[in-house]
Amino acid sequence: MTHEQIIETLEAAFAGQLSDCDTAHGISSITIPAAANLKVLQYLYDSEDMQFRFLTDLTAVHYPNRTNEELCVVYHLHSLHLNKRLRVKLYVPVAAPKVFTASKLFSGANWMERETFDFFGVDFVGHPNLKRILNVDEMDYFPMRKEYPMEDPTRIDKDDEMFGRGGTIC
Amino acid sequence: MSAHIHLDEASIQKQTTTLNLGPTHPATHGVFQNILEMDGERIVSAVPTVGYIHRAFEKIAERRPYYQITPLTDRLNYCSSPINNMGWHITVERLLGIKTPKRVDYLRVIIMELSRIADHLVCNSVIGVDTGALTSFVYVFEFREHIYEIFEAVCGSRLTTNIGRFGGFERNFPQEAFDKINTFLEAFPRGMKEFESLLTRNRIFMERTMGVGGISAERALNYSFTGPNLRAAGVDYDVRVAQPYSSYEDFDFKIPVGTTGDVYDRFLVRNQEIWESVSIIKQALEKIAALEAADPSQKEVFYAPEADKYHLPPKEDVYTKMEALIFHFKMVMGEIEVLPGEIYSAVEGGNGEVGYYLISDGGRTPYRLHFRRPCFIYYQAYPEIIQGSLLSDAVVTMSSLNLIAGELDA
Repeated sequence: MTHEQIIETLEAAFAGQLSDCDTAHGISSITIPAAANLKVLQYLYDSEDMQFRFLTDLTAVHYPNRTNEELCVVYHLHSLHLNKRLRVKLYVPVAAPKVFTASKLFSGANWMERETFDFFGVDFVGHPNLKRILNVDEMDYFPMRKEYPMEDPTRIDKDDEMFGRGGTIC
Repeated sequence: MSAHIHLDEASIQKQTTTLNLGPTHPATHGVFQNILEMDGERIVSAVPTVGYIHRAFEKIAERRPYYQITPLTDRLNYCSSPINNMGWHITVERLLGIKTPKRVDYLRVIIMELSRIADHLVCNSVIGVDTGALTSFVYVFEFREHIYEIFEAVCGSRLTTNIGRFGGFERNFPQEAFDKINTFLEAFPRGMKEFESLLTRNRIFMERTMGVGGISAERALNYSFTGPNLRAAGVDYDVRVAQPYSSYEDFDFKIPVGTTGDVYDRFLVRNQEIWESVSIIKQALEKIAALEAADPSQKEVFYAPEADKYHLPPKEDVYTKMEALIFHFKMVMGEIEVLPGEIYSAVEGGNGEVGYYLISDGGRTPYRLHFRRPCFIYYQAYPEIIQGSLLSDAVVTMSSLNLIAGELDA
């Protein structure tokens, strides 16, 4: 199966739910509604033709300017059967970032989800042990969100303009 | 009971002992803490705590120009830094669409395979130490030193190498480096055979490692294991073959696999991979010689010409030529353009698939960079693997997983 066929199969199975499907740098990417994540992952897992049974990576990205879909959760799946990778994305609002946990399907998702929670505050509903993993337990914010700048905010030599981003946070 | 000590009833009544293994313990080789619940010598449950040396690399990377991220990757798996460095360079090259010349690819393969050998030597010899055999460790560390001397000849540093640049290397390999590689290839097989003869069929070592810390292929895949730990369980997944980079498709090598996924299998798989790496390095040297024989100008090829916008000019030019100075300044200030895009690219690291998920928005720094760190992902299987085993087996299992604290905690 080619990347295009994988996307076609998924579009047939989840009519009207997929968006932003493309293939770049040898990997297909799809965006799904947040509520459908387990259905899509389970379908990909069970499909005999595709067998996306290996969760390579799970992380999140913060886009502060996308209203009501500020947090993007990204799954990188690998089908060892087809030797193809697939990127599954979903967007959730930063005010209520609830995503169903994939840790029942992939044991490896347990810590990856904890890490994503730790740094972005994504609330994985149903996770067995959703605690901070790399940061201290007492921390009361999610450091990878863009509103927390790396440098001292009073330093003008380190503001975003120096990095080609016009002086604002993103 | 003293009036000052308040223990809850459950902790007085319970029949098991709580034992802290780590965070700093001579047997854990790094900052790993496990709170073990012990029934005599048997482990009932383990709760690992990680993050003691978390250094926020992903956050830092959002404020560093691309070339300044290479030193961050050094400090992930510091037993095989060059693989991480080159994985990062390959990621950016793929995003930029830069195609590296064959000679650069082969030189990279040599460096990456040398670091794989160094990484595996550390891991395997330490399994020996944890089973009480210090001698084997001393035997092979001499060769790790030789490998570091090769790195030193190529890039000037040893452990955290910052080796190479986007598109290739910062300078051509000196003849000294090739000489050292050849000396290493001559001397190493004998030392490696000695090392294997000490442990591989050693009755005590086999008794200590066989059937210890095993994991089935199915569970290993479900836990997203990669690298030698996955292959020891019998799955022949290797990024070098599955999704080749740096011209690995030109090489002829085997992927060793195990059957039971226990400590002994991991040990055997790594040893076999060391032999395959030696063969790959020899092939790479032959291929480079063939390239140079066909076209003598190839001797001077050490970076992709199309990557010259990302490649610092030679230092002597910076001191003597105006353009080179301006260019050097621009690059050091991070004024290199990277087009918007999104990429996941992976290389086969010393202990598994090292992946880079990079999102560029066209700025001078990544918008988001995520490192897929193999040992962070497979370490979560540790409680399941050691459940019911002896405490001494848990220590051997930990060293056989090739956990690197720097990579675990990012």
